[in-house]
Amino acid sequence: MQALAVVVLLFLFFEVTQNMRSNLSRMNQDFGFAFLSKSAGFDIVQALVPYSTGSSYSRALFVGFLNTLLISALCIVAATFLGFLVGVMRLSKNRLAAGVATLYIEFFRNVPVLLQIFVWYSLVILQILPAPKNALAVFDIAYLSNRGMIMPLPIFGEGAIYGLVGLVSAIVGGLALVFWANYRQNSTGKPFPKFWGSLGLVIVFPFCGLALAGFPITFDVPVRTAFSFSGGLVVVPELMALFLALSIYYATYIAEAVRAGIQAVNHGQTEAAHALGLTRGQTLRKVVIPQAMRVVVPPLISIYLGITKASSLAVAIGYPDLIAIGGTVLNQTGKAIELVSIWMVIYLCISLIMSSLMNWFNNRMKLVER
Amino acid sequence: MKKRILNLAVALGAALLASTQVSASTLDDVKQKGFLQCGVSQGVAGFSIPDAEGKWTGFDVDICRAVAAAIFNDPTKVKFTPLSAKDRFTALQSGEIDLLSRTTTWTMSRDTAMGFMFPATTYYDGQGFMVRKSLGVDSALKLDGAAVCAATGTTTELNLADYFKAHGMKYQGVAIEDSTQLRQAYDEGRCDVLTTEQSILYSQRSSLKQPDDHVVLPEIVSKEPLGPMVRQGDIGWFNIVKWTAFAMLNAEELGITQANVEEMKASTNPEIQRVLGVKNADGTAPGFGPGIGLDEQWAAFIVKGVGNYSEIFERNLGAQSPLKVKRGVNALWKDGGFQYAPPIR
Repeated sequence: MQALAVVVLLFLFFEVTQNMRSNLSRMNQDFGFAFLSKSAGFDIVQALVPYSTGSSYSRALFVGFLNTLLISALCIVAATFLGFLVGVMRLSKNRLAAGVATLYIEFFRNVPVLLQIFVWYSLVILQILPAPKNALAVFDIAYLSNRGMIMPLPIFGEGAIYGLVGLVSAIVGGLALVFWANYRQNSTGKPFPKFWGSLGLVIVFPFCGLALAGFPITFDVPVRTAFSFSGGLVVVPELMALFLALSIYYATYIAEAVRAGIQAVNHGQTEAAHALGLTRGQTLRKVVIPQAMRVVVPPLISIYLGITKASSLAVAIGYPDLIAIGGTVLNQTGKAIELVSIWMVIYLCISLIMSSLMNWFNNRMKLVER
Repeated sequence: MKKRILNLAVALGAALLASTQVSASTLDDVKQKGFLQCGVSQGVAGFSIPDAEGKWTGFDVDICRAVAAAIFNDPTKVKFTPLSAKDRFTALQSGEIDLLSRTTTWTMSRDTAMGFMFPATTYYDGQGFMVRKSLGVDSALKLDGAAVCAATGTTTELNLADYFKAHGMKYQGVAIEDSTQLRQAYDEGRCDVLTTEQSILYSQRSSLKQPDDHVVLPEIVSKEPLGPMVRQGDIGWFNIVKWTAFAMLNAEELGITQANVEEMKASTNPEIQRVLGVKNADGTAPGFGPGIGLDEQWAAFIVKGVGNYSEIFERNLGAQSPLKVKRGVNALWKDGGFQYAPPIR
């Protein structure tokens, strides 16, 4: 029976490939990825790696891939912070805080996210923010206008490597510190402020490294031109709109997951913690949240995957993500099957990597039963 | 957008699986369906836009109607698929539409490697730039550093890059897929400049909030021969679309109009008789229609259905339209323009 299924499957696969070949040849088309090395010829508004109109299609797709990762990462971080805050707020004894949180969740969760993207982009950013001529200026070095946010761009000169060395050693040192603090607490019961300790390391070490090299950092400060600005670090309005819309929308889901997680922790746990003399903050941080995480993490995985996939809504406003750039390449080359396969494989890989990371985290958070 | 990608994937899947549906000719398919499926833009005044009653109108739309008239003697037997510049080629490739008539520029890669063919140039255009008058810019050469809005996946997006590079200027290119979204982004100040074919710029300007605050710069930076497009591999269908376009030009040249086409059938001018498929005194028919698989009176059907080239031009783009575009290079060859159709004989 299983053998039969395999045969049917193989036959179907064979039939599909044959069909594809014959249909393509009927249109004088062939299947292949050779087109990827041809020059793209179009410009991309936001590129994290050097890109010009002479770059190849594969480079253009790589730029799009990085833009997808960038927007996903930004939204995941922001939505997580906002979501935890609102989730805890919703359970607050303070009526006002709980009311604001409820209103926020019910409003933003129930309006389609594509609509929210349009509202942020067309109404808020393009129409409420001023034109570049009247840009809101911060000390004449950073500007906010409907062309986006423009800030001084730090340029690391020679010797900046010392700063990087400092940062790496700070991270290693911080990890060691946390390990040691946990060990000491387990054996002697004496706590150590490991968070502030490691944060201190991460700030002090790179600073010392840069100081040794004599601060080899210069800033590319934006200057006004006839049209808008030149130079500096530009955050395009498309990125701002997408970031706001996706973070705010998905934070509502995270908030609800957090609320469910906290409510799932037996009230007896809180009472026991209070009886042991832990403060309310300590109870929340050391007793309630660690147990709540067991319930929060599984839905969090699918929310993170959802954010990554929803970032493809970027095409609606022209943010150059993988789908938008892939679409332009498709349009110029006509290689539909090839590009759809590339999209599918890349999104599949991103999703699989993320879910395996989160599953690993989930396993760590699981209740250890002795 | 997600839905569109899904549709695309489904269309591709269907194209892969549709082995039994592969048929010999697009003409047979169209006749069997009873209507022509035509891809047009999502709304560019003068070229293809739905009117107040939801009826599609415009120059590109009339090309579709002319082909339908040639086949069915009924210009209403068309269904329109509004497509973005980005989706148009996949739609034609996958067989979702029979004909693409969507201000598409005839280029070598599209005409060869991408698997399409351009039967005719129905509109000779060139790329231009539109800016706000308040910027005080009077030449495209003064656009260094500007933010420029262009439609995703168009020749204009590529020409833009070439033009700025050739003149050593920098720009910030904002590529937006939907033509309405593109216009809005420009109108709301996302860009200093909107670039596309010059005729479409005039059309887009007429749809802005304050059309008089904007000016189209004088420079034309590229050749944009626009025309309908078909799939490679069906030469019969290619000929039908090509000669539909030529029939409209020949009709204009011979003075055959929508109003006088019936009287013209009585004309003694052999050229007119040939175009209109009138039988000779001895009862022999000219046979040009059957030669491309259509009725003897195919060209008469076209003119009766939508008019000659001049009529569709003036109605949608020219004097009788709000756009008031001049014929210019799109005048007939004998009036000093580029429009020149080979004879029907």
